[in-house]
Amino acid sequence: MKRLGAWAFFTFAVPVVLIIAWTIASETSDTIYFPSPIAILAVFPDTWFSGAISGDIFPSLSRLAAGFGLALIAGVGVGTLVGMLKPLRLLLEPIFELFRAVPPPVLVPIIMLVAGIGDGMKIAVIAFGCVWPILINTVAGVRGIDEVQLDTAASYRFSGRLRFVSVILPAATPQIVAGARQSLAIGIIMMVISEMFAATNGLGFNIIQFQRLFLIPEMWSGIILLGLLGVGLNAVFKIIENRLLTWHVGLHAAEK
Amino acid sequence: MNQTHDDGILKVRGLRKVYGEGSKAVEAIGHLEFTIRAGEFVCIVGPSGAGKTTFLRCLSGLLKPTEGTVILEGREVTEPPADMAVVLQEYSRSLYPWMTVAANIELPLKAVGLTKTKRKKRVTEALHSVGLSDSGKSYPWQLSGGMQQRVAIARAIAYRPRVLVMDEPFAAVDAQTRADLEDLIRNLRSELGITVLFVTHDIDESVYLGERVLILSSAPTCVLKEVKTNLPAERSQLITRALPEFASLRTEVYETIQYAKGVNYYTAQPQPENENRDEGRDKVAT
Amino acid sequence: MAGYPVSRPFTLGLSADHRAAPLIYGVTGLLLLATVLQVLPTVGVLDSRYFPPLTEILTSLSSQLSSADFWSALGSTVSGWLLGLTIAVIIGGVGGILIASFRILDRLLSSTVEFLRPIPSVALVPVAALLFGTSMEATLLLVVFASTWQVLVQVIYGVRDVDKVALETARTYRLGTVRTIRSVMLPSLMPYLIIGVRLAAAVALILQITGELIIGTPGLGRLISVAQSSAAVPTMYALVLVSAFLGVLINSGMRMAEGKVLFWHASIRGDQK
Repeated sequence: MKRLGAWAFFTFAVPVVLIIAWTIASETSDTIYFPSPIAILAVFPDTWFSGAISGDIFPSLSRLAAGFGLALIAGVGVGTLVGMLKPLRLLLEPIFELFRAVPPPVLVPIIMLVAGIGDGMKIAVIAFGCVWPILINTVAGVRGIDEVQLDTAASYRFSGRLRFVSVILPAATPQIVAGARQSLAIGIIMMVISEMFAATNGLGFNIIQFQRLFLIPEMWSGIILLGLLGVGLNAVFKIIENRLLTWHVGLHAAEK
Repeated sequence: MNQTHDDGILKVRGLRKVYGEGSKAVEAIGHLEFTIRAGEFVCIVGPSGAGKTTFLRCLSGLLKPTEGTVILEGREVTEPPADMAVVLQEYSRSLYPWMTVAANIELPLKAVGLTKTKRKKRVTEALHSVGLSDSGKSYPWQLSGGMQQRVAIARAIAYRPRVLVMDEPFAAVDAQTRADLEDLIRNLRSELGITVLFVTHDIDESVYLGERVLILSSAPTCVLKEVKTNLPAERSQLITRALPEFASLRTEVYETIQYAKGVNYYTAQPQPENENRDEGRDKVAT
Repeated sequence: MAGYPVSRPFTLGLSADHRAAPLIYGVTGLLLLATVLQVLPTVGVLDSRYFPPLTEILTSLSSQLSSADFWSALGSTVSGWLLGLTIAVIIGGVGGILIASFRILDRLLSSTVEFLRPIPSVALVPVAALLFGTSMEATLLLVVFASTWQVLVQVIYGVRDVDKVALETARTYRLGTVRTIRSVMLPSLMPYLIIGVRLAAAVALILQITGELIIGTPGLGRLISVAQSSAAVPTMYALVLVSAFLGVLINSGMRMAEGKVLFWHASIRGDQK
């Protein structure tokens, strides 16, 4: 009981103090840019719970899921192939590095030019931004597979499919997951930017609208919602990562 | 033993392997030629650096020899053959750490295309025969080295090969475990009636396990000598190793290996097994 | 690799295992890409309104190189990036050392850090725009927010790593605080700090360009946005190419610095023993 109390104190003390300080500061001054948390909380339900979930949050998240999913499939697929064939890898690696070095936000105007401002553009922007870390990490992961593991697969005459599903993919998973974690952060940025740049719905679009209309508490509620989404997506990713990599953690603990 | 096959289950004919080309070429195997009969237990020993790994990779179809052929059951080996299973020294690398022990054993059976019930049955049997019935749900890295090597053996026997090839399988386990595993593999061999080719650098182990011991030279490798053990088929760590024949065999193999350290295919005295070698071949720097 | 019957993949008349292979294959790959980018729009496979041939992009690039606007935009981008990165390294470095050194701070702040860190920094775009309009501070806020976490987290890892491995040794040899920090903590911390700075540098560039693109602060991003809205497609691609080179330059520069500093760190340690 005492330990639970200590945990609660250390976990919540600073956030509570910060929120109180913010409240006092904004209530006692006349800044309009930093409304008090009470004011933000007051507009939160009306701003986001009345139709906005299906109208804004859902489209944003499904575009992110589609773009990230496409990047994952393409990155792992192409990365495996390139990782297995050394000449292909040597040929393509500098090209991948060049594309990875492009700051992803500049893709928005380019892809907008080609694909307009619809969902397709946003999904393409997210996918194109996310694919490089996954691709490059997959190549590194496949390339680093222990030769004994591949020899074993060959000497037991595994078919191509079995070899891919049961040997190559799991062996490269730790690296792929590390790449996917970088990609997820980029994906969220791209989701928001594409909506801020050109959209008629979505979180990024709404937050910018609120800012332009000087609806400051609403704008802050959107920022907080985005923060919550970031924290939530990160937590989901951690859960999936733990499931996929239980063996990897155990193996490393056993080797120590 | 069932020595019904007149010309052997596994034949190695004029095997030669050179790595690289031109001036940087390294000849690992000079000329290997021998035959193993069905049901035989043959050990191969040699000084370190005798190109044993290269030889095994050629034998198991993982590496293309420069010259010569390996013939398993009358067919030339050009890819990993279906009737052969290989157990490697590096158990921690050949077992897949992302799968349970049972899944590791089951995976090759999936590749063969067995039904799920048959696979489960074979996995259970194999785990039982290596004494690991309770460990099917564990991961390999949760087991000790000796137990991991038992899993690798279970995976090989569940596959039901006609020839079992083992590459220094017990080199990385402690002495007590090693003795247990040696007896395990002898027993499994007589239960299943399979042919075993066992590569080791341990002289005692080769004499204790084998019915025949082939001694290799340094690289470029050839077979220097063949020793028939003629020990009783029923072997025991205490009794067999105390036999006077065991001691003299041990000495014979030991002396040959000491001699082997200084000679290779080109400098060795001709042996009965490899008289028909090609003297006109270009000599490549060792 | 798997079994020798697998058919040999292509080679460029040079084995992929050759020492010079990475260079020759890599250059060939880039030349192939350049050819594809030139040929496909020219023969009409790609719409040349959206994908101008490479030569057109390069022509536009060379005219950019002689314009003062371009150089001032490039200067803004680089200086904004560098300033943001510097602030982030200072905040993240000092904060990380404090948090990792004092257990009470660690316990008090970890929940806040864990909550703030995953917040996408672009969420702050409207706040930055409200506070600073289109002046460079708006983008600076984004850059600092995003890249500080990278440094902070690595520094915390680094200090914790020191704690486990070397501090007890220092204590048994009675090394004293200053000497402990200088000869035990800093050298062990260095690799982590460098990794943190490298990650922060990449993130900082992304946010720098984002701010310019979306908020409209001066820099390459704003030029790209202007080129896009005025349908100057080749110019837009030329500017994107410049930002890619900037990215490559920063990545490889950071890797080189990493090698240099870690080499220095290793050699210093070697000298002292």
